[in-house]
Amino acid sequence: MTEPVPATVADRPVSLVDLLDRVLAGGVVVSGEITLSIADVDLVHISLRTLLSSVSALVPAHD
Amino acid sequence: MSEERGVWLYAVAREAGGGGQRGVAGEAVRTVAAGGLVAVVGDVPLDAFGEQALHRNLEDLDWLGAVARAHDAVIGAVARTGPVVPIRLATVYHDDDGVRGVLEERAEEFGRTLDRVAGRTEWGVKAFVDVPPPVPRTEEAPSRRGAGAAYLARRRAERDTQAEAERLAVEQAGKVHFRLTGLATAARTHPPQSRELSGHGGQMVLNAAYLVDDDRSRAFAEAVAACDQDSPAVRVQLTGPWPPYSFADWEDR
Repeated sequence: MTEPVPATVADRPVSLVDLLDRVLAGGVVVSGEITLSIADVDLVHISLRTLLSSVSALVPAHD
Repeated sequence: MSEERGVWLYAVAREAGGGGQRGVAGEAVRTVAAGGLVAVVGDVPLDAFGEQALHRNLEDLDWLGAVARAHDAVIGAVARTGPVVPIRLATVYHDDDGVRGVLEERAEEFGRTLDRVAGRTEWGVKAFVDVPPPVPRTEEAPSRRGAGAAYLARRRAERDTQAEAERLAVEQAGKVHFRLTGLATAARTHPPQSRELSGHGGQMVLNAAYLVDDDRSRAFAEAVAACDQDSPAVRVQLTGPWPPYSFADWEDR
């Protein structure tokens, strides 16, 4: 009775968060030659901190 | 060449797929073959995608969002044509030889992962619970006699109610995870997203990924919906289908 949800929900921050969960924290790590340091956990923290501080600007406060 | 370029790695597969796709720099995606495998790559300018530039640009949410979506779109296109190993965002090589090197060096591991994800899809499941806010009212300092004791009792009751709600929610999330794991060939949990990031009012008690046989994905989606209806206190949400991001690492679990 329930269909799987479509792949792209909308351009909402919530789906970006789910995406970042995967493309940053998930995904196999094969160290590139240029961005060796990018593949570590720090990046996730940096990006999510940015996201966290920006998200209030993107999502209108719901009452 | 006037502009220095690097080779951005999107995915590894057995056969070429995702042709015609545009990548993170708007570039036409191409393939590099070695070790019986194919890497899906794109040529990206290092002034935007080099190490220094990446550190700077990844702090820019709009940039990060666009790049993450483009990266995901390429991997998704490859996934539609066959099993795929998604590569983590921002993996860049100097040239095709570097890419060939990693394909040859890790051919066996890539092969194992491709076998594991073949005919399967990743689904995300998040569970939220509406836990009462921690301290609803602390104003109105008690002035009358006995009001202090009443205040403390009320605070204790509130705390107990909240603790109980949290305990029940975690228990329910555990049941959901157990039930869904039974329908999947593998399961992973991600750290719960913060309330602000998830965009939901509730507290996230489960943020999991499941690798599901394609012929069971309908049953899986139905099970998620059933879990959502099981308990009014816990909302369960399905996301996906995703390329097998959460199941592409090397450990066999």
